[in-house]
Amino acid sequence: MAALPSPWSSALAAPDTSASAFHETRLDNGLTVIVKADNRSPVAVSMVWYRVGSIDEVTGSTGISHVLEHMMFKGTDRIGPGEFAERISRAGGRSNAFTSRDHTAYHQQLHSRDLELAFELEADRMANLRMTEQEFAKEIRVVMEERRQRIADSPQALVYEHLLATAFIAHPYRTPIIGWMNDLERLRLEDVQRWYEAWYVPQNATIVVVGDVEPQAVFALARKHFGPMASRLPPERTVPADPEQLGIKRIEVQAPAELPYLAMAYRVPALRDVNRDWEPYALSILSGVLDGHSAARLQRELVRSARLADSIGTSYDGYARGPGLFYVSGTPAAGRTVEELERGWRSQIERLIQEGVGEDELRRVKAQVVSGYVFQQDSMFSQAAQIGRLHGVGLPYDAADVIVARLQQVTAEQVREVARKYLVDRNLTVAVLDPLPTAATTAGHAGRADR
Amino acid sequence: MKIRCLLASMAAVLALSAGAARGELQIQEWRTDSGARVLFVESRSLPMLDVAVEFAAGSSRDRPEMSGLASLTLTMLRRGTQSLDEDRISERLADVGALLSPRFDVDRAGYELRTLSSKRERRQALAVLGDILQSPSFPQDVLEREKSRIVAALREAATRPATVADRQFRQLVFGDHPYSLPPAGEPETVARLKRPGLVEFYRRHYNARSAVVSIIGDVSADEARRIANQLTGGLQRSAAAAALPPVPALEHAVERVLAHSASQAHIRIGMPGVSRDDPDYFALWLGNQILGGSGFTSRLTEELRQRRGLTYSAYSYFAPYARQGPFSLVAQTMKEQAPEAVAVMRNVLSEFIAAGPTAAELDTAKRNAIGGFVLRLDSNSEILEYLCLIGFYDLPLDYVERFPQRIAALSGEQVREAFQRRVDPARLVTVVVGPDQSL
Repeated sequence: MAALPSPWSSALAAPDTSASAFHETRLDNGLTVIVKADNRSPVAVSMVWYRVGSIDEVTGSTGISHVLEHMMFKGTDRIGPGEFAERISRAGGRSNAFTSRDHTAYHQQLHSRDLELAFELEADRMANLRMTEQEFAKEIRVVMEERRQRIADSPQALVYEHLLATAFIAHPYRTPIIGWMNDLERLRLEDVQRWYEAWYVPQNATIVVVGDVEPQAVFALARKHFGPMASRLPPERTVPADPEQLGIKRIEVQAPAELPYLAMAYRVPALRDVNRDWEPYALSILSGVLDGHSAARLQRELVRSARLADSIGTSYDGYARGPGLFYVSGTPAAGRTVEELERGWRSQIERLIQEGVGEDELRRVKAQVVSGYVFQQDSMFSQAAQIGRLHGVGLPYDAADVIVARLQQVTAEQVREVARKYLVDRNLTVAVLDPLPTAATTAGHAGRADR
Repeated sequence: MKIRCLLASMAAVLALSAGAARGELQIQEWRTDSGARVLFVESRSLPMLDVAVEFAAGSSRDRPEMSGLASLTLTMLRRGTQSLDEDRISERLADVGALLSPRFDVDRAGYELRTLSSKRERRQALAVLGDILQSPSFPQDVLEREKSRIVAALREAATRPATVADRQFRQLVFGDHPYSLPPAGEPETVARLKRPGLVEFYRRHYNARSAVVSIIGDVSADEARRIANQLTGGLQRSAAAAALPPVPALEHAVERVLAHSASQAHIRIGMPGVSRDDPDYFALWLGNQILGGSGFTSRLTEELRQRRGLTYSAYSYFAPYARQGPFSLVAQTMKEQAPEAVAVMRNVLSEFIAAGPTAAELDTAKRNAIGGFVLRLDSNSEILEYLCLIGFYDLPLDYVERFPQRIAALSGEQVREAFQRRVDPARLVTVVVGPDQSL
């Protein structure tokens, strides 16, 4: 589960090889299968992506997609609780799952000859999940522990949670993927059952396989195991749009910590059309110019030269079903304040808009794009994740090399233009962590995030 | 490099089978004239190169009153050399899209570099790596800044219950042994560190005789030889580091409960575990997979999470180092549930020691280890880790290939006996950070 924005390098920069490496089919029941051969090792990564995440959730039942992800390991009509992991493990494989704002994905890594086992088990739980009150009662407590661990006891995670809840008014990106604690407390098994029945249908699922496989053989296996499932449409999607932002928003989060922390989010476009859009590419390069590598501007100017910050970074999350965000976050240096840090950030942006970006800076960022693209090929898992993510947000799954090529074409003027257009107060939400002394706090304070 | 050319060359090489990652690891090994050990695997399937250089310069080389020196010395290597300042170092790397990262633990310290293998990119990136390893300048102003950043980060970390638990656990398990020292130091000790101390630490510990150079990627053996020479030819040739003292055994059980304002309690239960050359290592490793090392199929997860819903995360591990690293059981739970969780963890461990694994558990764990062997070698980054390990701890070159055979040969009885010999449930350290009173 990735609740925080991904770093710039993986947000828009990396992906895949030439288009001929991809193979796709759609089963009669609507299930999509995408295969990319990589024969370096006798291994396969298999993923099932459901297009459902916190973006599809409504007030009062936040976190339900993630709870369902947990329940998917609790057995079916044919196999018992925990047996899924056990059977993958006995084949020498690894398995897990994650839930994001836009997707829920399940994955296995195993010897390529055992791919059928992954398909057999995934098809079984796509159709035959059996959830009991007894298992649900335990698992919801596990999820609450996960929330305490990831969010409630982590001051910076609390800041992000409240930053998003403020940046959006109506759009579901405002709610945490793991859900508000009070919603988890009230969630019922029948709600989760309905969620499963509604969204876990072939038309809403995509299988991604990367590895030492023969694409036609993978399609045949997919037809055998997933083919018999009845075709059924997922519910109509009614994601509310956010009203236009009318001015800067500021919040303060008090939590036990030593250092203050500044987190900001600008509302910006996400990538919708890989061939026609240009602003998302420029935003990605902008983030690279500011923080794409250790020689980038913010490190050099604010951390090393001015000593305003101990750390500062940006990231642009341009792959999204919903609106995009451009994040800035940092910790002030000793003796400096978050206000000074924010002013330092603003002066960097003003300078960039006034003076523009140098050709050497641009070249440097593009060098990271190219090398990042190559380095990603070393991991089959990240290749598969890239395919699933692109497809899941409605972009062509084989668009990776188009994206890399388009990033190479971004001009200095375009970078300046998106900074001038989008990095303005009307798009901005600012959250500041006000550290409470740990000794003076009680356990009750940690529940602050949960109202 | 033009992106289109790159794509074309990648499509061509992907069609060839690499061999290196198909289960036989063709490791070539030699020593440079300067005395550094080199391990190399040629892998032509991707146009990239990974290089790691490590030294016996981890946190166990610190002294308590100067703890953090080893970590700070490593950090400072990339912050300025005789010919390049830190901005130039960063720019040279960024210009060719290379990634440089520190590697640090109790035993080892060094850097790894990932670069494209094309000549211009590779040469420029390797020149920077060679420079920071062989002629660091430890600039005074940068040192003061880095100290201030580290002190702030350590103070922040000290407010987190996990950090408090780990620190307390290390101190109780390792006593006066250098493995008890905090990896990055304490705020007070770091504040005290001075440039001459760093220079002296570098001279003593960053020497050619203790250097291990690991290389995997798209270069020939001849090129790898030149690379290794270039990275180590200018290092000190002082004597190799002295061996660390053995870790004393725990005399009796210790329980420490520390109050904390966080909502969850952080639990650590353990003792000194095994060293890299321990004959019991494989039996303990396999047993630990069943106890708490294999996620959803391990007993700790089953008892704490699946059966009782007490935790999101529970696991156990042996961390083998030059000397005995920790054996540890770890869990987090809402603090009101801490006494129950500790009792369950102790029970799970005691029962496992007394009765050993069941036949079914052993079978599953063995099948996973043996069948999953190919997953351990399916990327250059994973192979690089093995090269570093084999080189530093002087393991046999076929260590990785022999791993499945060693696991296959173990019986349940051997696993049980190894745990009985090595883990005494009556002499464990228990640390719980969270609850206001003792358990």
